[in-house]
Amino acid sequence: MAHHLKRLSWLAPLPLLAGCKPVVLSPSGDVAARQADLLVQSTLLMLIIIVPVMALTVFFAWRYRATNKQASYDPDWDHSTKLELVIWAIPLLIIVSLGALTWVGTHLLDPYRPLDRIDAETPVANQQPLQVQVVALDWKWLFIYPEQGVASVNQLAVPVDRPVEFTLTSTSVMNAFYIPAMAGMIYAMPGMQTTLHGVFNHPGEYQGLASHYSGAGFSGMRFKAHALDAAGFDGWVAQARASGETLDRARYLDLEKPSENVPPMAFAPVDPQLFSRVVNMCVEEGRMCMAEMMALDAQGGMGLPGIANVALADADAPGTARPVLGLPPFQVSGICSVEELNQMLASTAPTDSAPRDLAPLRGRGLDAPRGILDLNLLPNRLTQSVPPGGADQNL
Amino acid sequence: MAIPSEIPTTFLLGRLDWHAIPQDPIVWATGVVVAIGGVAMLWMLHKYRLWSYLWTEWFTSVDHKKIGIMYIVLALVMFVRGFADAIMMRLQQAIAFNGSEGYLNAHHYDQIFSAHGVIMIFFVAMPFVTGLMNFVVPLQIGARDVSFPFLNNFSFWMTVGGAVLTMMSLFVGEFAQTGWLAFPPLSGLGYSPYVGVDYYIWGLQVAGVGTTLSGINLLVTIIKMRAPGMTMMRMPIFTWTALCTNILIVASFPVLTATLVLLTLDRYVGTNFFTNDLGGNAMMYVNLIWIWGHPEVYILILPLFGVYSEVVATFTGKRLFGYTSMVYATVCITILSYLVWLHHFFTMGSGASVNSFFGITTMIISVPTGAKIFNWLFTMYRSRIRFELPMMWTVAFMLTFVIGGMTGVLLAVPPADFVLHNSLFLVAHFHNVIIGGVLFGLFAAVYYWWPKAFGFRLDPWWGKVSFWFWVVGFWTAFAPLYVLGLMGVTRRMRVFDDPGLQIWFIIAALGAVLIAIGIAAMFIQFGVSIMRRDQLRDETGDPWNGRTLEWATSSPPPAYNFAFTPVSHGLDTWWDMKRFGQTRPRAEYLPIHMPKNTGAGVVIAAFATICGFALVWYIWWLAALSFAGVVIASIAHTFNYGRDYHIPAAEVRATEAARDRQLASARA
Amino acid sequence: MSTVSQTPPGTFWETEPHHHHEGASTSIGFWVYLMSDCLMFAILFATFGVLGGSYAAGPGPKDLFDLELVALNTAFLLLSSITYGFAMLAMVKNNRNGTLAWLAVTLVFGLAFLGVELYEFNHLIHLGAGPQRSAFLSSFFALVGTHGLHVAFGCLWLVTLMIQVRQRGLIPANRRRLSCLSMFWHFLDVIWIGVFTFVYLLGMI
Repeated sequence: MAHHLKRLSWLAPLPLLAGCKPVVLSPSGDVAARQADLLVQSTLLMLIIIVPVMALTVFFAWRYRATNKQASYDPDWDHSTKLELVIWAIPLLIIVSLGALTWVGTHLLDPYRPLDRIDAETPVANQQPLQVQVVALDWKWLFIYPEQGVASVNQLAVPVDRPVEFTLTSTSVMNAFYIPAMAGMIYAMPGMQTTLHGVFNHPGEYQGLASHYSGAGFSGMRFKAHALDAAGFDGWVAQARASGETLDRARYLDLEKPSENVPPMAFAPVDPQLFSRVVNMCVEEGRMCMAEMMALDAQGGMGLPGIANVALADADAPGTARPVLGLPPFQVSGICSVEELNQMLASTAPTDSAPRDLAPLRGRGLDAPRGILDLNLLPNRLTQSVPPGGADQNL
Repeated sequence: MAIPSEIPTTFLLGRLDWHAIPQDPIVWATGVVVAIGGVAMLWMLHKYRLWSYLWTEWFTSVDHKKIGIMYIVLALVMFVRGFADAIMMRLQQAIAFNGSEGYLNAHHYDQIFSAHGVIMIFFVAMPFVTGLMNFVVPLQIGARDVSFPFLNNFSFWMTVGGAVLTMMSLFVGEFAQTGWLAFPPLSGLGYSPYVGVDYYIWGLQVAGVGTTLSGINLLVTIIKMRAPGMTMMRMPIFTWTALCTNILIVASFPVLTATLVLLTLDRYVGTNFFTNDLGGNAMMYVNLIWIWGHPEVYILILPLFGVYSEVVATFTGKRLFGYTSMVYATVCITILSYLVWLHHFFTMGSGASVNSFFGITTMIISVPTGAKIFNWLFTMYRSRIRFELPMMWTVAFMLTFVIGGMTGVLLAVPPADFVLHNSLFLVAHFHNVIIGGVLFGLFAAVYYWWPKAFGFRLDPWWGKVSFWFWVVGFWTAFAPLYVLGLMGVTRRMRVFDDPGLQIWFIIAALGAVLIAIGIAAMFIQFGVSIMRRDQLRDETGDPWNGRTLEWATSSPPPAYNFAFTPVSHGLDTWWDMKRFGQTRPRAEYLPIHMPKNTGAGVVIAAFATICGFALVWYIWWLAALSFAGVVIASIAHTFNYGRDYHIPAAEVRATEAARDRQLASARA
Repeated sequence: MSTVSQTPPGTFWETEPHHHHEGASTSIGFWVYLMSDCLMFAILFATFGVLGGSYAAGPGPKDLFDLELVALNTAFLLLSSITYGFAMLAMVKNNRNGTLAWLAVTLVFGLAFLGVELYEFNHLIHLGAGPQRSAFLSSFFALVGTHGLHVAFGCLWLVTLMIQVRQRGLIPANRRRLSCLSMFWHFLDVIWIGVFTFVYLLGMI
């Protein structure tokens, strides 16, 4: 900031304003940069019409003021087919161009779509993205690195120039995960899983935050995202491993309790099934996993015996309260054996991380043409509460 | 305030106990001021013996003009509350830096931004717009009242009931800390166990009944009560926009009602519509609430598009350019407004095809909107523009709204939305269209129709003071938010850690202060104008050289609006009457059939409000009693068959003779 | 450019007394209300469509519904619509007592419908399949219950109207009210056909 201050000190009223750069317009990650490009292009496209309209408004307001008797006055002129065609056509043309830009841009920058390039010059070459599992807790972020077997709270470290695939969920209420310098935001929702792809192109320390209001501690739910070189990242992982604090289901249930302004923490080792259990909402012992529940529902439920297959929920668990006119909160008990459960939680849907076929037909990396409303329910394309491996016949 | 997680309920008071009294000095101080003000007002009413006047002339009135004015008074009162919330937020965000927590704790701050949104939309913009339509539409179509005058009165009092419940939450209990749309699971019982969300639900449900019924009423009024000769394509443009607005109300508020009912069941009975577990689906709430929420945006803006059209045509002294395309543009917007709701949550991850579909439908709405802007522009072309206040607000609107429209289209581009969603850029955008579009239009409308409502104009000097403070204040307050949004700052934050942002929040707070001066100037203007009413008197009934039928009658109009029914032969009926030198008819006056005033609306709405309060606090006996009150009072009302009377011909003759004398003195 | 005529196109004021149709807007107003009510049911149907398969590992429609009972209930409601039609026919013929008698029959059918529905709800809740058990049951109770509340309200209105017709006879105001209630009653019938088809029949297949 000092650097900026010195350089801009001649702008007397502005130095303080220059302290922050508009990170959305000049980010450090390729995805956010392309999103910013689209933002600027759309703005310019619209200015083609906005600027003349504003200029004309001012001009007409001045020119045809009542005191200006020189100006022509035509009180009954109220229609001109040609002119009306023009005033409908110009906005329409702009919207057609913008619509095309939107269609292509939305598909190219779909957060679910694996990256095909690191930056404008470098395509992704045989490089698997770094997997990071993100859980929005009240009110802190938990990051699990399944490959490294470590986890952290309120601090994220990723290597520069390596694609990152975030899989996100939440444990209590809706939230949104946002690192403005890296890529756009996406919701994290309880019992559901969303995906976000991004990459950092410059090392540094960036702001990450919760961008969807989630309750009292929301403001303090920020973290630093460190973009490190390969060695720096390995060092960070080693440091996290050295923390020696295990993150198992019991520790997670403790961590899940609401807390505010939580300082960074690190965990290793991490229960490899933890994220899967969080998405399936069965971290607590005895609770039926959603994947199991959905598989049963797909077969028509459990019938009348299912009515009895419930247990009172822990009244002290966050988010449980007894409705004034209803029964105390309860949960469905799991009926799978340990082996079945392990199999179910392990069988995450295979993620398609390879770059798409770069067919030139409809822009780089777009899918083959499909209809507008052809909702192809690939497991990782729609969030509609599809836990990994969960049956989906209901939707 | 520390609310224990488990509050014991008693039979007599439910869960209402001493915890309900907020332990916050700011709320206490507000409470004291409100109490003193309230007592002073009651004393004044008592001293000047205004109770029975208010009751017989206003509260029980079924006159659409008086109900319209009462709606607008309600909107102005609630506007002060909503703005107080706004300035508190601006102050908090301007000082909560460098480790400072600001002066509001999370419990209080989170209520403020939720209440600000709810109040500004439901209890300021909605009643303002409804009041305006109520006042103007029957006059513009040459009718003597709306189709269902009693229902009109009842709708108003239900809106008041909702506002009362919302205001009550400030002093008894708390308001929702969920944001203005109360997304579950946060608004579910598990994460919001106390009364805040319940106040939200019942406040909106009580007011929502009023809004829906008033929508039906005005819709039917426009369809059935138009003056002879006034075909659809001869309706004044404001009436057209009012028609579309009321169609939107009727076709969207039931969605809100149903959605809130489901949320209520989740909270009271423990159903699983929007819960995390047992099959619930919170995303469904987000979809449903925005299926109502997006049409709601057009419910607010469409009538103001009508106002701008009337104002432009009047003050340019020129026929509105492109009336037909204006009508089609309005209808297009009405239909398209149902096809865009998903753009409020592109970031939920619906996939690229779904997102781009909704993004593109959203952009398409800007085509008819752009056509409207051009129509106003070409109405100004080759005209003689008188820069009275309504016209000033209109030009300010045109320059402000195009920016808001542009940023709106920008947010409709899903990849851009991924970086701007939930940011202060978004906040700046919707204030840009709601203040720059809706509020500026409402101010234009107030200045424009005030002489019609009260018989004297508003003081232009204070009006200009208000105008300039408002316009400059608006840009000072919201331009920084655009910048902050581009810095990746998101909404509803209570504290910040990056000191570089503070200066922008301070500028925004200064903007809020300028707006506060603008608001003060507006109220001063009302006061000054009332005191100088004799100098500002409008005796012609047509102070602006207007074009539509409301200017054909006196200011203020008699209870029956028109002694004889006007006949329309084209657009701008009053303009035609003037052009062809039509004078007021001198035929034999006849008794005029009018609806009778009734207190039933006040009574039923009061029972409904009490029922809402009892349900918030789980006071079941009171809920049951007041619900029975609603039912019994409604049934009792249906046994009243004598709901109308005739204004005797002699009275009409006297009124019209007075009008003749007034017109003669105006000409002299 | 529009042409501007210089001669007045005709008179601008209607000075002759014209016939004022009292309550001319009532039927269209009530129609618009019914459409808004219909939208509320649309939302409840949509909710059932989304959540109807989420049994939360509990019972589904096949385990819970008794189609014969529901068919009986449907018959009650459909018959009540027919008897309301007879009441309207009697009204057209200015037959006050006939109208009242048919209204009474309609009321009996309406109450029978409500009775069976309450029995069904009670049975389900006693089984443990109340609205809290699963999202499917929540949306079932909300949809069917809202319809039931409408029928209950209709019955209350019916009783009120019967008293009013008895007191004042078939005056225009009462005829108007009878035809509004008629629309309401048939509307509930239509909604019920939707419920019977989508909730019960499709659920049992």
